[in-house]
Amino acid sequence: MEDIAIVGVAQTKYEARKYKETYYDMIYEVTKAALKDSGLSLEDIDNVITVSNDFFDGRTISSMAIGEAAGAHDKNISTVEGDGSFGAFYGAMRVLAGYRSTLVVAHGKGSEGDPRFITNAMFDPVYQRPLGIEAISAAALQANTYMTRYGISERQLAQISVKNLGNAKYNPNAHLAMDITVEDVINSPKVATPLKELDCSPVSDGAAAIIIANAEIAQKAKQPPIWIKAITHCSEAYFLGDRDLAVPKALQDAAQRAYKMAGIQDPRQEIDLVELYDAFSYMEPLWLEGMGFCAPGEGVKLTEQGVTALGGELPVNPSGGVLSSHAILVAGLARIIEATLQLRGQAGKRQVKSARTALAHGINGACGQSHCVWILGGA
Amino acid sequence: MSDWRDQTEPLVLKGQIKLPYTWSVGETGSRFLIALRDEQKILGNRCSNCDKVYVPPRKNCGFCFKEIGENDWVELGTEGIVKSYTVVHFESPLQPIKPPFAYALIQLDGADVSLMHLIKDNLDRLENGARVKAKFADNRKGDILDIERFEIIREEE
Repeated sequence: MEDIAIVGVAQTKYEARKYKETYYDMIYEVTKAALKDSGLSLEDIDNVITVSNDFFDGRTISSMAIGEAAGAHDKNISTVEGDGSFGAFYGAMRVLAGYRSTLVVAHGKGSEGDPRFITNAMFDPVYQRPLGIEAISAAALQANTYMTRYGISERQLAQISVKNLGNAKYNPNAHLAMDITVEDVINSPKVATPLKELDCSPVSDGAAAIIIANAEIAQKAKQPPIWIKAITHCSEAYFLGDRDLAVPKALQDAAQRAYKMAGIQDPRQEIDLVELYDAFSYMEPLWLEGMGFCAPGEGVKLTEQGVTALGGELPVNPSGGVLSSHAILVAGLARIIEATLQLRGQAGKRQVKSARTALAHGINGACGQSHCVWILGGA
Repeated sequence: MSDWRDQTEPLVLKGQIKLPYTWSVGETGSRFLIALRDEQKILGNRCSNCDKVYVPPRKNCGFCFKEIGENDWVELGTEGIVKSYTVVHFESPLQPIKPPFAYALIQLDGADVSLMHLIKDNLDRLENGARVKAKFADNRKGDILDIERFEIIREEE
């Protein structure tokens, strides 16, 4: 791949409800902050990608209402309706297509709508929506399939929440940061078996922005460029009943192509940290399996052995992950930003030692119907 | 430092988005729903290339991309096996029945994929592998809830 880099990043703090700010306000905040982080000015930005969802925004063609917040009044602006990692993929493609730079902004105010209604609307209106199904119950079906297939216990998965909510203590932007035990997770209220409240991410309000640039603009930026070594994505069947929910095939495909694109032979050895989309505790080990870091069914062992801990051999979600902050649509972009901060050595108390290569990951659709994999490298 | 922002009460306006909509079910889906409504039969269709039997029936095979032909319809059993389930403990206005109830992915006899549906009774006996049977609604209207729910007829085989 040609040399393109992430040269500016910004996130808001993630919170249950940002009463004072509209989503326009949040985007203005992160756009300004990303420009400041990069040391670039708006004149250096050639075009803008926004990430939004009309149902969550409560407004159709919702992206058109936020152009000015993203400094796009005289620029080419386009929108991705999906996770921010896919919006950033589109942004990277635009730089590869000849723009010098792209600003990608994503926002989510889950607090303003009702996720039970909005996520029900992603399902088929004829066959599934009338059943009342929504994102959490669908995820519970995947958790059940995965746990039954490999004999994984609720206690084992609880350790993922313990780790990630604990890591979040070192992330000043995190929505939930908690010292909890496996017992706390097990005893938290049942939501949809096997998922309990502490197996599920919170719904957060927040926004994030990144600037992707070619080598010319990257040289001009004040931050060390974080080079994009690979980006891939892949998706599988829409109906949950068509898929083997215990085997993330689309992720396997995307990850293997990403490793090839980045020239990675042995991902476990060559990748220093992972930021992945753990909307639910079971997702972290399942996605690690899909990424090929361990054999199918062995994902939780990586956490039991301490491999995925902040000081472990392969830290996973040192930021606290999506379990600690879940601004829907923003969360995948936040993974890319967290990976970037790690590779710059700017991750503060959550900094992973000698981080040179990172994998960032986002999902879109129910139960990880599609996956986007990023391999990033420092200088 | 105190500025006007600290003095201003953040207002929140309440609204509702309600939008009438009519979804075309399509020819393939209509035949499936009419069979539920008029004959209490569950129809699927088979890809002639890979032999996979779909329910609900499809226009084309998602794996082969091949169009599924008019002679590829099959009648499936009204019984099947639970491949996955979750017992729901929270309420949503969109749920057709009160929790606790279960969503299940059910592989009907003769099908290769699983159908998502509801189970309400004997949740303590529900497990993957349980055999279930469709209970049809008395008043059928040509929608997926013409199957009111599935009932457990045998525990894991």
